[in-house]
Amino acid sequence: MPLVSFHDVGKTYRSLQGLDYQAVEHFSIEIEAGELFCLLGPSGCGKTTVLKMLAGFEAPTAGHIVMDGRPVTGASRDRGVVFQGDDSLYGWLTAVENVEFGLRMRHVGKSERRERAMHYLRLVGLKGQEQKYPAELSGGMKQRIQIARVLANEPKMLLMDEPFAALDAQTRSLMQEELANIWHTTRTTVLFITHDIDEAVTLGKRIGVMRAGPRSQVKGIVEVALNGARSRTDDVFLQYYKRVHEMIRDEVAKAIARAD
Amino acid sequence: MAAPTAGEPDARRSPLDRDPGGAARRLWSVYGGYVVGFVSLFLIWQLASIYLVSSVLFPPPTVVFRKGQLLVRNGVLFEHLFASLKRILAGFLAGSLLGIPIGLAMGSFRSVRKLLEPYTEFLRFIPSVAMITVAVIWFGIGEGSKIFLIIYTTIFIVILNTAAGVSAIAPNKIRAAQSLGATRAQIFFHVALPATVPYILTGMRLAMANSFTTIVAAELIAANDGLGKMLWDGRLFMLVDEIFVSLVTLGLLGFAADRMFRWSIFTFAGKYSPAT
Repeated sequence: MPLVSFHDVGKTYRSLQGLDYQAVEHFSIEIEAGELFCLLGPSGCGKTTVLKMLAGFEAPTAGHIVMDGRPVTGASRDRGVVFQGDDSLYGWLTAVENVEFGLRMRHVGKSERRERAMHYLRLVGLKGQEQKYPAELSGGMKQRIQIARVLANEPKMLLMDEPFAALDAQTRSLMQEELANIWHTTRTTVLFITHDIDEAVTLGKRIGVMRAGPRSQVKGIVEVALNGARSRTDDVFLQYYKRVHEMIRDEVAKAIARAD
Repeated sequence: MAAPTAGEPDARRSPLDRDPGGAARRLWSVYGGYVVGFVSLFLIWQLASIYLVSSVLFPPPTVVFRKGQLLVRNGVLFEHLFASLKRILAGFLAGSLLGIPIGLAMGSFRSVRKLLEPYTEFLRFIPSVAMITVAVIWFGIGEGSKIFLIIYTTIFIVILNTAAGVSAIAPNKIRAAQSLGATRAQIFFHVALPATVPYILTGMRLAMANSFTTIVAAELIAANDGLGKMLWDGRLFMLVDEIFVSLVTLGLLGFAADRMFRWSIFTFAGKYSPAT
C-alpha cells in the first residue's frame, strides 16, 4: 500500500473578483514509503498547490488525499515541510534552536533535544555554525537549517518545495548531492517539487511530469533506474534527461503561451 | 545562551575589534560624528547670537550654560527634570503595557480588530494636546492628568505598530510551526510574539518621542513643576536664559532617551532586530 495517495484531487481558487481558477483537476498520484518522488512541471502548473494540500495548509476542493490510511485534514508533524525561501526560519533563534523547535514544542528534555539537533546539524554539514543566527548564514546554509529542522522532528515524510531554486548553481548542485546522500542514509519518504529537469533526474526515484496549468494533471511518470551517485555526464543520465525533456517540452511552451 | 565555540570567530563583531591599537580610532569612528555635530551646533549658535542677532532675547550658549550651572547647583533644574521624567516614564510604561496586548489581539483576530478599530481610528486623530483641557477637568492639575495624557499619546501608536507587526509575519513561519507540530497557543507565544518584537519596539520608540511633546504641552498649561512649567515661568518673568536652559535640557533629554532605547534594543533584543 502506498504511503500517500491523491484520489482525483482538484483545487479551485476564487479570486477577489469572484473568478474561479482551477489550478489542478483530477490529480492522482501514489507515493511509496521510502521513495524520493519528484514532481516536475513548468511554472504555474500547480506543483506548489499539490504540496500545500498534502502539507495540510490548504484543503482540496475535490477528491481526497490519504496518508497511512487516514485522510489528510490539516498540517501535522507527520509531514515536515522545507520551503523555497528562508522566511520560514525563526530569525530570533540560533541555528541549533531553530532545529530544536519541533522537539521543544513536544517538551523533549533540553539535553536530549540538543543532542538530536546537533546530530542532524552534523548530518547537513553545519557543525560549528550552531550558535549563529540565520541572518549570519548564507542561503545554502539556511536551507540546510530548514532540512535539519525537519529531519530532527522525525516526520513520516518530507515535503520539499523547490528548496534549492533560490541558490546559486554551485551551491545547488552541492546541496542536491548532499540531499541524495541524506536520503540514502535515512530512507525518508520525500516529495520533491521542482521545475528543473536536471534536478529531478539527479534526485528522483520516480518523476511525475505535470501538464501546464490550469486544470493540471500528471502527464506521465518516469521511473529512474539509477542507483547510487548519479553523474550528469553518464549516457544513462542523459537518456533520462531527454525522455523527461520530451515529455515536458510541449507543456513549457503551453505555459509560456498562456502567460503571454 | 551558550558561548560561541572556541576557535569560531564571532561574525557579529566588526573587524576593527581585532585591532588592539585601534581603541581610540574605534571610539572616534563611533562617536566622532556626534562630537563634531554638537560642537558645530553650539558654535553656530554662539556666532549667530553675537554677530547676527545680538539681543538679550537670544542668549549665546555661554550665557545659557552659566545659567544652567546655577540652576543645577540650586537644584531647580533637576527638580523640574525629574518631575517631567517621572510622568513620562509612568505614562509610557503603562501605555505600552496596555497597548501591546491590545495590538496583539487586534492583529491576531479579525473580530477584535473590527470591534476596536472604531476606537483606535477615531481617537488617534484627536491629538493628545487637544485632550489637555479634558484631562485637567477630569483628573485635576496633579499627576493624574499628565499620566493620562502620556498614556493617551503612547497607546495608539503602540497598538498600531504591534497589530501591523502581527499581520506582517511571513505565513511560512506559521506554516513551518504547524508542520513541526506546534499548537495554536505555542505558535502565538513562540512564533507570533517574538516575530512582532521589532515592531513593538519601533512603536515604543515613536511613542517616546510623542511623550516628550505631550508632557511639555501639558506642563505649559497646567502644572506645578516640570520642564514645561519652567518654560512658562521663564516667559512670565522674562527669564530668556532660563527658557533656553529648559529647551536645551529637553533636547538633550530626548536625544539621550532615544539613544538609550536604541542601545537597550541592541543589547537586550539584538536578535530581534528588524533586519533578520
